[in-house]
Amino acid sequence: MRRSHALAMLCVLWLAGSAMAAAPQQGAPKPPSNDDCMACHSDAGAVRANGRSVAVKPDAFGASIHGAGGLACIDCHADLAKATEFPHAEKLAPAQCATCHDKAVAAYDTSVHAQARRAGGLLAANCADCHGAHDITPSADPTSRTHHLRLIETCGRCHGDEEIIKRGKIAIGNVVDLFKDSIHGKALIRSGLSVAPTCSDCHGNHDIRRKSDPESRIFRKTIPATCSKCHEGVGREYWESVHGTQVAKGSPLAPVCTSCHTAHQIRRSDVEGWKLEVIKECGTCHEQSLNTYRDTFHGQVTALGYSRVASCADCHGAHNVFPKADPRSQVATGNLVASCKKCHFGATENFAKYDPHGDPGNRERNPMLFYTTKFMQMLLLGVFTFFGIHTGLWFGRGLQQKAAARRTRGKDDSTEDGE
Amino acid sequence: MSAHTSATGAATTHTHYRRFDSTDRILHVCLMFSFLGLAFTGLPLLFSHQEWAARLARLFGGFDSAGTIHRFCALMMITVFVIHLTRICRRLFGHKDLSILWGPSSMVPQPRDFSEMIAHLRWFVGLGPQPRFDHFTYWEKFDYWAVFWGMGIIGGSGMLLWFPEFFAHLVPGWVFNIAMVIHGEEALLAVGFIFTIHFFNGHLRPEKFPMDSVIFTGRVTVLEMEEERPDELERLTRAGRIDEYTSGAAPSWVYKGGRAVGGVAVTLGLIMVALILFAVLK
Repeated sequence: MRRSHALAMLCVLWLAGSAMAAAPQQGAPKPPSNDDCMACHSDAGAVRANGRSVAVKPDAFGASIHGAGGLACIDCHADLAKATEFPHAEKLAPAQCATCHDKAVAAYDTSVHAQARRAGGLLAANCADCHGAHDITPSADPTSRTHHLRLIETCGRCHGDEEIIKRGKIAIGNVVDLFKDSIHGKALIRSGLSVAPTCSDCHGNHDIRRKSDPESRIFRKTIPATCSKCHEGVGREYWESVHGTQVAKGSPLAPVCTSCHTAHQIRRSDVEGWKLEVIKECGTCHEQSLNTYRDTFHGQVTALGYSRVASCADCHGAHNVFPKADPRSQVATGNLVASCKKCHFGATENFAKYDPHGDPGNRERNPMLFYTTKFMQMLLLGVFTFFGIHTGLWFGRGLQQKAAARRTRGKDDSTEDGE
Repeated sequence: MSAHTSATGAATTHTHYRRFDSTDRILHVCLMFSFLGLAFTGLPLLFSHQEWAARLARLFGGFDSAGTIHRFCALMMITVFVIHLTRICRRLFGHKDLSILWGPSSMVPQPRDFSEMIAHLRWFVGLGPQPRFDHFTYWEKFDYWAVFWGMGIIGGSGMLLWFPEFFAHLVPGWVFNIAMVIHGEEALLAVGFIFTIHFFNGHLRPEKFPMDSVIFTGRVTVLEMEEERPDELERLTRAGRIDEYTSGAAPSWVYKGGRAVGGVAVTLGLIMVALILFAVLK
């Protein structure tokens, strides 16, 4: 629609322009054609007074979606349609993408980028920063800046640039660095998987919002839905779990996906480092459970950096965590032996009476453990106190004895010498 | 063997008295190494939150490999224990030697030990003369029974933790919680005691510093015997049995080897103590 309109305009103006050349003072001014523009702008050395290039590569524009579609320069640079003097004024109105892309621009206007620009942060991305200017190609084109596999580079031009991050006060820091070693990053960048998520899959594209914005795809409560777009099965499990139901009820504390998995540094769940790290994540809320776990063999081995023994999720489940009282829980009375059996193949009811969170300080929960620990502590204290004093006194006496012996020997020696 | 003549008939100088036979000495060296092995592979678990613990575990090839070494050393120590018990039983039931149950050459605590301990403490603070000890002193008996009790307690709880699925047929699972605490705390007691008190009593006290090699050579000098165990010397002399114990010095390689092995053990032990203190005091 817009294109045909523009083409019609062009034809009319072309005819009018021919007449104008003969009689310049008559009729409306003829708008410049693409060829007119290119007469100057195709020169690779074309610069402004300040030296900035204003060159437009004719081939690139021709290959772009706009060039191939036959758009005229003045369709975007609308104020040049009425320009009468060439070379035209250096300062032009910005290209108005909204003329055609009104929905995308409306979405962009709600974004953190647009907000930042309105607040004077001219570093923040606008249309051209992500899409390019004269060489825009559709996202489906593998060479496009917004192609799925290339978007990380495009976002990374700012979000991977330390200077811009500093000047733009971007809180998350160098997010490309964080992302590139994550399971998503490796799948995307190294393996080139088209199903691996890129920035826009979680953040959206034009309407990227802050995580504090309730409309944002990465707003706390919305995160599980965002992740579930791909991880559908896990999402379903999560929403049923004690964590999911709490989040749905509006709990500000219950974990969402990123609480455990992080946002940009998500690792494979079978990697040792992750298995050990996530224990600490559970412990940020379940502090007491982490402490008692660390007192057991399981907790000690994982604290040393080895993941072959049980950690939180091995007994409690990962996404399907339920309270112990819930029969769906892996640690519910009826399921306990089965959970132990995952590692201890010979586990029985009796075996499962072991307390993996035994607390030596809790007389009600672990009475025998409590008294044994007290006894052992008294034994240690008694032995070390007695023998500490014993040894200390002996040491003093021994030194004294030795010094005395040396003195006597010295006296004997001098007497002998004197004789 | 006569006091002044060796088995080959050549005259030897009577400079030493024999204290430990070769089996006891070899068992003690095995005990040392198994104990060090157990301590160095076990304590990382007890101090797993410490940076040094993770390094130590890595040094032993990780948790699996450290666990294997720990179990190997445990078997070695159990073997030492069993050999020792067999020897006692043979003396008691085979040779009907009741002197190991009571008297100066028995490890059983006796009233004399208590009074010697009081006298020794009084001597420390200058309230009396140095007690005249016999073959085993009260602190040596404490060392012995501490290790004896420790073997049973740590060994027993260790077996429980080694084969939990089997032992769960005999005891309820919460016993493993208790076994874990006992195993760890008793180990801490053993390590703390051996690497400080035993080292001091045996080697580091001013009279013995830097070390007493009797456990490697099996012999004490005549002077040491006169100064440290006058009652034993007197008793044996009176009984006319002192000649059974006289000997010359051990071969020099035994002294050198003993000093090297003992020096390494004491150094490793003191390093362990430093690591524990670092963890406890931090």
